[in-house]
Amino acid sequence: MKRRHFLQHAAMAASAIPAAGFLSHVRANAATARANQKACILMWMGGGPPTIDLFDLKPGSKNGGEFSPIDTSVAGIQISEHLPRTATVFDDLSLIRSMSTREADHSRGRYYMHTAYVPNPTVTHPTFGSVVSHELASERESLQIPAFVSIGGGGGDAGFLGMAHAPFSVDASGRIRNAPTEESKARLPGRLAMLEEIESGFIKSRRGDLPKDHLAVYRNAVNLMTSSQMAAFDADRAVPGLGLERESTETRELYGSDQFGRGLLMARRLVQVGVPFVEVNMGGWDLHQNVFQTLRDQRLPQLDRGVSGLVQDLKQRGMLDDVVLVWMGEFGRTPRINQNVGRDHWAASWTAMLGGGGLRNGQAIGATDRDGVQIADGSKSYLPGDVWATVAHAMGIPLNTVHTSKRGRPMKLANGGTPIRELIG
Amino acid sequence: MQSGRCIRTLLGLAAAIWLVGSSVSPLSAADESVVEFIDAQLTQSWSDNEVEPSAAATNDEWLRRAYLDIVGRIPSVSEYDEWSATEAPRRKAELIDRLLDSPDYVRNFTTIWTNECIGRGTPRRVSRKAMEKFFREAFAKNRPWNEVVRDLVTAEGHFEENGAVNYILAQTQMRDDAVQLTAKTTRLFLGIQVQCTQCHNHPFNDWQQNQFWEFNGFFRQVRRIDRRRQDPNTGRLVDDYSEVVRQDFTGPVYFEKRSGLMQVAFPKVNGREIDPNSEDRRGELGRLLIESPEDDTPLIALAFVNRMWAHFFGYGFTRPVDDMGPHNPPSHPEILERLAVEFVKVNYDVPKLIRWITNTRAYSLGSQFDAQNSIDNPGGGEMPLFSHAYLRSMEAEQLYDSLIVATNAHQSGQSGWDDQEAQRRRWMQQFVVAFDNDENAESTTFNGTIPQALMLMNGELTETAVSAQPGSFLHDVLSSRENDAKKIHKLYVAALSRMPTRGEQAKARKLFREYGASGRVTAFQDLFWALLNSNEFIFIH
Repeated sequence: MKRRHFLQHAAMAASAIPAAGFLSHVRANAATARANQKACILMWMGGGPPTIDLFDLKPGSKNGGEFSPIDTSVAGIQISEHLPRTATVFDDLSLIRSMSTREADHSRGRYYMHTAYVPNPTVTHPTFGSVVSHELASERESLQIPAFVSIGGGGGDAGFLGMAHAPFSVDASGRIRNAPTEESKARLPGRLAMLEEIESGFIKSRRGDLPKDHLAVYRNAVNLMTSSQMAAFDADRAVPGLGLERESTETRELYGSDQFGRGLLMARRLVQVGVPFVEVNMGGWDLHQNVFQTLRDQRLPQLDRGVSGLVQDLKQRGMLDDVVLVWMGEFGRTPRINQNVGRDHWAASWTAMLGGGGLRNGQAIGATDRDGVQIADGSKSYLPGDVWATVAHAMGIPLNTVHTSKRGRPMKLANGGTPIRELIG
Repeated sequence: MQSGRCIRTLLGLAAAIWLVGSSVSPLSAADESVVEFIDAQLTQSWSDNEVEPSAAATNDEWLRRAYLDIVGRIPSVSEYDEWSATEAPRRKAELIDRLLDSPDYVRNFTTIWTNECIGRGTPRRVSRKAMEKFFREAFAKNRPWNEVVRDLVTAEGHFEENGAVNYILAQTQMRDDAVQLTAKTTRLFLGIQVQCTQCHNHPFNDWQQNQFWEFNGFFRQVRRIDRRRQDPNTGRLVDDYSEVVRQDFTGPVYFEKRSGLMQVAFPKVNGREIDPNSEDRRGELGRLLIESPEDDTPLIALAFVNRMWAHFFGYGFTRPVDDMGPHNPPSHPEILERLAVEFVKVNYDVPKLIRWITNTRAYSLGSQFDAQNSIDNPGGGEMPLFSHAYLRSMEAEQLYDSLIVATNAHQSGQSGWDDQEAQRRRWMQQFVVAFDNDENAESTTFNGTIPQALMLMNGELTETAVSAQPGSFLHDVLSSRENDAKKIHKLYVAALSRMPTRGEQAKARKLFREYGASGRVTAFQDLFWALLNSNEFIFIH
C-alpha cells in the first residue's frame, strides 16, 4: 500500500488547493495495473462447526449422527450428503481431518486458531490477517484500502504489529458507515493541515507508541475514503479501470443471497483490487442442541452454496491459483451426541479445509479413529500454525519471517508451524 | 435517581456545589492511612525496580483524567474555568468528592456494570432499561457492593420489576445447564476464570473440574420462563415478558470426566458446602459470597478492587483482571490485599474505594515518561509499576458523552435519562459485533479502528459539532466579541481541556490566514474538527 502521507498533502495550503488536486493522484494510482497477486480468503465458522457431520462422517459409529456420506469429485473422498455442490468442486479443495488443538473455549479457541499462539496475558499476538497485512501491504503500491478486511465479524487484533494492521470490519451489506460526503472530502486538506499540528505535537510528547498508531489509522482511513477502490465493497458498482463490474444476477445466485454468500462475493471483489487478506464470517455453529435439523435446514445449504460458488467463480476468472482458501472455526464438536441432540465443544480431533492457492488439492489428509474421538493411529496431527504456514507458503511469505513483540521477544511466523507437505509438494 | 438529565444537572449543580464545603478535609485519618500505605508501597516498588516515577500530571491533565474516569466524560468549558480559578490546597481531593456526588458518577458506573452484566448489544428477552435502573439505584444510594452481588446472583421475578434478574437472563441465553452463568459469575464477581474446567481440570489454577460443577450446582434451581402473548391485531404469538423462578432441583449435578466416567458434584464454593436439599441454593450462595470467612479476604472484595484499580490505571494487579489465583500472582499483592481488607471494613463502600485510589500519588502522575521509567511498559507486556499514567483509549460511551459535552449538544433538546441512553445506545450499535455463541460474547470494532476514525471524521456527531448552528458551542464562540486568540483558546479548552501553547496559537493563526477573510468560519470549523479528531482528544492521558 502506498503510504501517502496525509500530513504531506495536509501541508498544502487549504484554500489554495482545490479538492480535485487533493484527490487526483489517488486516481492516478488506481489506474496502475497490477500483476498477479496472492491473497487469502479465510472462511471463519464462528462457534465451532461439527465437522464430524460435514467432512469426516462416521457411518456405523454410535457417534455417527443422522447424515450419510456422499462421493465427491475426488475418488475416495466422501463428505456430508447436505453438501452436494461442494462435493462437485473437491478437486480444488482439501481436508485436514486430523486437527488437534487443545483449546475448547470460544475466546481461547478463536485466538489460537487466528494467531497460532495460545493466549498469554503478557502479549497480544497478531491475528494472521494482520501478519499478512504487515508483510504485504507495503509491497502493494496501488492498494488504497486496508490490506486486511473482515466481513461480518470482529476479525481479531493486530496485537504487537500495531493498529495500522488491524482488520477493517464491515458487514456483508458492504455499506461503509460514515463515508464522507463530497463536501467533507473537499474540506479534508484544510482539516488535515490543522490535525497535523495537534497530532504531531502529541506524538512527540513521549507517551509511547499509541499516538503514532492513531496517526497510522487515520492515514489508512483517509486513503480509504478518498479511493475509487471503495467500489469493491459494493456489488452494484462497476469501475472498469479496476476490473470491477456490476455483479450479475447469475453471479449473485452462484454465491447465495445470504450474508455468507454476499460476504464471499465481496471478498472476491476485494481480492480483485489487491486486498491480500479477507476474512468472511459465518456464525451459528455453536450447536449444543438440535444439531442435525439446524445443519440440514439452515447452516449447510448456505455453506454449500457459498463455498462452491466461490470456488467456481474464482476458477472461471482464473484467480483460483492465486487465492488460498481456509475454512475453519475455533474447534470441532464432540463426537458424542448430548441429551439435547447437540454436540458440545471438542478440540481433540476435527477437520479444517483448505483450497485454491496453487496447492495440490483434492486430498484428505490425516484421519480420526472409528468413532471420531481421537486422531487415528499413525496419522500425523496438525496445529493452526501448520495451516498458516501452508498459507504463508502459498502466498510467498517467507517462513523464516520473525516478528518482534513489544517486549523484544522474537515471534516466529505461524508459531514456527510447518507447511503441510502433501499440499505443497 | 429521579431525574435523567444527568449532564445538564451536573453542569447546573457544579456552580452551586462549588460555593459550599471546602473547609473540611475530604479524607479522614483512616482514609489518609490507606492512601499513605499505597504511596509507600509503590515508592518502594519503584526503587526496587530502579525506576523513577514521572513528574506529576499538569493540573489540566489530571482534571481531564479524573472527569473521564469518575464521571465518564471530559469537563465542560465552564467546569474547566471554575477549576482553574480555584486555588484551594486540597482542590483535587475536593473535586474527587464532588464528582462522586454527581449524577454523572452514577451514570458512568451504571453504564460500565450494565455492559459487564448483559453486554453492549442487549440479548433477546433482556430488559436493558431495568438492568440500568438496578445499577442506577445501587450507585445512587451507594449500596454496599456485596449486597449488589448478592441481589444479582439471587434475583427472581419479572424482568422489569426486578432489574437484577436481567443478569441471569442475559447469561442463560442457551439451555446449557447454567454453564455460562457459572463461568460468568466466577469471572465477573470472583475474579476467577473457570470456563475451561467444565471439560477438564484447569491447566494452571487450582480449580478442578468438580469445582466448576460444584459451583454450577447453585444455579440449577434457576428456571427462566419466557412468556408469550397473542398480538390482538395479528393473532400471532409475540414475546411478552421473561421471568426467573425457582426450579425444583435437589441432589448432585452429574458431569462427565474426560475419561468418560460420570461424576457427581454437590453445591460447594471455596470449600464451603450447603445442604444439598436446600430449596434456596442461590440464597445460600449469596450468603456464602458476602460473608467474611475467618482470616480470608472475600473473593468478591479482591475481584472488585482489582477491577477498580484497572479502571483508573488501565491495568489491574493481574492480567487479565478476571483471572486471579495462585497461577497468576498479582503485581502488587500488598496493595491489593490492603485495599480489599479496607473495602470490607467500610462495608463495601464503592466511592470510598475510588477516593483511596484516586488520591494516591500514582494517580496524580503524568503520562509522559523517559529513560528513567521507560521499562514500565505494560503495553509491551511488562508488569505494570504504575510509575506513570498509561495512555488509554476512551471507551465508546466516554467518547460519545465527551463529544456531547465538548459541543454543547446536551443543552439543546429536552431529553431525559431514557432518551439520552437510547440515543447513545443507537449510536453504539454501529460498533458492536455479537459472536453468536454460548459465551454470549461480543467484540467492538471501536478501539482505534478505521470505523472509529470514519465516525469521528464524517459522522453525524462531528457534523453537528462543527456546523456552528445557533445554540451550538461553536456558534457561541464565533458570535462572541472576543478576539481570535481567545476563540482559539476556547476551542482548545472545550476539546482538550487545556490552553493552546504559544506555538500552537501562532500556527493556528498562520493556517487561518490561508482561509482568507471569507473563510473565517470555515477555519474555526476546521480547527474544531481537527481537535476532536486528534490523538490527544481520544486518549485518556
